[in-house]
Amino acid sequence: MIVEDAICSFCGCLCDDINVEVEENKVKRVRHACRLGSSKIMGHERIRRPMVRKDGELKEVSYQQAYEQAAKILLAASKPLLYGWASTVCEAQKKGILLAEEVGGVLDSTATVCHGPSVIGIEEKGLPGATLGQVKNRADTIVFWGCNPAEAHPRHSLRYSSNACGRFTPEGRSAKKIIVVDVRETRTSKNADKLVIIQPGTDYEVISALRMLVAGKGDMVPEEVGGVAKSELASLSEMLLAAKFGAVFFGLGITHSRGRYKNIDNALSLVTDLNSHTKFVIMPMRGHYNVGGIGQALAWSSGYPMSVDFTRQAPYFNPGETAACDLLAKADTDAALIIAADPASNFPRTIVEELAKIPIIQIDPYENPTTLLADVVIPSAIAGVEAEGTAYRMDGLALRMRKLVNSSYPSDEEILDGILESVRSLRCSRSLQGGLKDDN
Amino acid sequence: MIIRGGIVYDPANGIFGEEMDLCIDGGRIVEDAKGEVIDARGLLVMPGGVDAHTHIAGKKMNTGRIMRPDDARLGTELRSGVCRPSTGYTVPNCYAIGYRYARMGYTTAFEAATPIIEARHTHEELEEIPILDKGALTLFGNNWEVMECVHDKDIAKLAAYVAWGLRAARGYGIKIVNPGGGEAWGFGSNVKGLYDPVPNFDVTPAEIIHALAEANEMLRLPHSIHLHFNNLGKPGNYTTALETLEALEDIKPSRMRQAVHVTHMQFSAYGGTSWRDFESKASIIADYLNKHNHATMDMGQLLFGAATTMTADAPLEYGNARLTHNKWSNHDIELEESSGVVPMVYSRKMLVNAVQWAIGLELALLTEDPWKVLMTTDSPNGSPFVNYPEVITLLMSKPKRDSEMATLHGELSKRTSLGCIERELDWSEIAIMTRAAPARILGLEDKGHLGLGADGDVSIYNLSPHEVDASQEHATVKKALAAAKYTIKSGTVVCKDGKILATPRGKTYWVDAVAAQADMDRLMVDLQDKFERYYSVQMSNYAVQDVYVTNPRVVKAGLGAGPLKEAA
Repeated sequence: MIVEDAICSFCGCLCDDINVEVEENKVKRVRHACRLGSSKIMGHERIRRPMVRKDGELKEVSYQQAYEQAAKILLAASKPLLYGWASTVCEAQKKGILLAEEVGGVLDSTATVCHGPSVIGIEEKGLPGATLGQVKNRADTIVFWGCNPAEAHPRHSLRYSSNACGRFTPEGRSAKKIIVVDVRETRTSKNADKLVIIQPGTDYEVISALRMLVAGKGDMVPEEVGGVAKSELASLSEMLLAAKFGAVFFGLGITHSRGRYKNIDNALSLVTDLNSHTKFVIMPMRGHYNVGGIGQALAWSSGYPMSVDFTRQAPYFNPGETAACDLLAKADTDAALIIAADPASNFPRTIVEELAKIPIIQIDPYENPTTLLADVVIPSAIAGVEAEGTAYRMDGLALRMRKLVNSSYPSDEEILDGILESVRSLRCSRSLQGGLKDDN
Repeated sequence: MIIRGGIVYDPANGIFGEEMDLCIDGGRIVEDAKGEVIDARGLLVMPGGVDAHTHIAGKKMNTGRIMRPDDARLGTELRSGVCRPSTGYTVPNCYAIGYRYARMGYTTAFEAATPIIEARHTHEELEEIPILDKGALTLFGNNWEVMECVHDKDIAKLAAYVAWGLRAARGYGIKIVNPGGGEAWGFGSNVKGLYDPVPNFDVTPAEIIHALAEANEMLRLPHSIHLHFNNLGKPGNYTTALETLEALEDIKPSRMRQAVHVTHMQFSAYGGTSWRDFESKASIIADYLNKHNHATMDMGQLLFGAATTMTADAPLEYGNARLTHNKWSNHDIELEESSGVVPMVYSRKMLVNAVQWAIGLELALLTEDPWKVLMTTDSPNGSPFVNYPEVITLLMSKPKRDSEMATLHGELSKRTSLGCIERELDWSEIAIMTRAAPARILGLEDKGHLGLGADGDVSIYNLSPHEVDASQEHATVKKALAAAKYTIKSGTVVCKDGKILATPRGKTYWVDAVAAQADMDRLMVDLQDKFERYYSVQMSNYAVQDVYVTNPRVVKAGLGAGPLKEAA
């Protein structure tokens, strides 16, 4: 059987033209996907059974036992952290938000160590953006700043950006100007008309200089900014101003270098400035396929897109205080539920050391370094391959992930439902016991 | 359920403040019922409120939330009882939207603008809104396929596309926003008027509007076209409003309703040549509506304080951002639309804002027939919907208007005629403008009235309409409207004395219109080409799946649809 137009569950491109050959309920072949997406869809060795750590070792248990153990951990904690969410579907995320409300926890996504600064920048300035199809049909000038789609989002250029053809861009790559700003040459820059190499950590200064040039105040710009000659910046600004439709894509090179959200604030301002001369849009290159979705689901249900603290019975948001790493750095959380993420690999080492000190519940199809720290491990169906659901592309477009094969594993949503039920029944029986004691 | 002894206002059935009992069974108004008895003796009773134009779900709303954590903090209410936590004032979270509408006695609200390609997101949010029945209007005014059909004067194919688009979006009706302007914004420009050609498409806004109105009637849709004018928000734009209305005079409605609904008219009734000599032209617009019967409108009332402007009129939002130096979100949507979001504060000290405030009220007070003008704030553009009681009391009380005007700019009385208007609306007129008329204008047969078979949606206010003088005691009235004594949704008490007691899942209305198969076949050729060459998604992944509308109420229209039951 061939499943046509399947949606790839790897990166924020959400390529939806994948053909998957399925035989005897196994994925045999993946067509049209990039290597990253194809290997994600093909899958590899799984966690087989739910496990609970006893005497230092993970022992197999039933799903129900795992749910109950998870519920006990969450209820015993005064401020549990529910973290991850980027590589699962919105249906699971919504259930997770409800669970965070009910146990009084903090819910944060992997955006916190990724495009979190972009979100804060957007809170400062807004986001002048577009759907990817708008870029495909119109953009004649494209800037990749601090990102390397040739390796991280391999089909981005062909489907949406540099090499895409559309209504007003029928000649594709040949009629476009591609600009890469980075601290080194990359595979993406090999396809560029202009590569601007800046010194690491000087994004803010370089953007500021460009804003002055765009505003016609180039006389105030020093001869060299961030290791780039003024003449080079002037020619870059001319390229931007010459665009009929320009698009800026940015990545972690700018969100996590010196200046962080201020870099994004400045980049958003540059794009706003450019709009008084021509048309320009800007977009973060989101990594995990549904990291956009957790931001959307959190926003519509809590009012905030990440790092939401539900311990006060109402959502509270203060990144720097309520973000996952901040909580762990201050030992301000006493249990963690990790779903569809691997913080043991991606958090700073000192933060991982803190994480290792608290009880951890892991929900994931695959073993990863976080499993080594986990006290409860619950294997799940692979969202977007074995379970359907909603995901939001990097431009905010919602698509429905198809189910490609059946699975004996429960979905993330079902697992969270199981934990939620256990939380409710534990609470209920405890309050009953409490009541009996009072009577005595 | 029996509601005893209320003073009932049900204008659609000719009931204007009569004491009577109401019975609800199986979620509907019936002749006789048993069970719970609600004591409403002497209290104001109306059908559940219906909001025909509000922004409550989808990408724009969530963009507002994401860029405004400052706003989220303004509306925080704890999780308690059956309620999940609430946040936000101008851009509340989904739960707050349901609870706050219900608290005011509203049971139905229609989201005003959804691009087809982003409708899945809209429905995700609509599903999260508790209590309310809802629907979403679908954007067609800057759509490539629409403009190409218009260019080819192929109304039959256009109708086929509208039917296909409504189905794909699970949408309720045709929304048109700054037609042509959104496409022009794709390259950073705008259209300047009704007859200014849209770049690259060789059609004019006038042609787009007229053709969509024809397609709307060809499909016999329950609602008319729902129109946001060109040049909205600009001084002197009342001429565009009149020109557009005149261009639609020849449209023959296929049902007993208007041929065009003009939304948030306040933003399109402006005189002057700049903000300096900005003035009201509400009286000219109202005069036109008094003399013509093909158009209805909603106020789009502006109130002082915080708002978040959000619209598919992206060039307007860019202008707002330039004007206020506030943060700016823009979102262009491939082949279909553009849009923007900008936070706003309307100030009492600003003459322009004071004139805008007056224009909305003038429109409602100078239009003689309340069936032609709905009470809205274009929430959250003019003000968030929680401030409806303020608008209603302004309409009902000349002393309240006068005391407000006394606090505003001295020039105001030269720029508007509001101070000279003696009219004070009564409860019958308010019941029309907030219940009966929005339901009739949308074509919702079971809403906005309390006749047999109507939905069992009732609001009861802690107010004796025959005893309270709304003109003098406007503070009492406002308090009563802000927190209904009872809000009853499909026969369930969802809210009592402002407290939410139950959160049933509401229905989602969408229109399934049938077009001629031959036209649909011709359309498919176009669409396959568009998806192959221009869209960034596959056609098979485009339409909203059934799973996103868990409690649908499908309204049939188009060819072969049965005889239509007309609203009372």
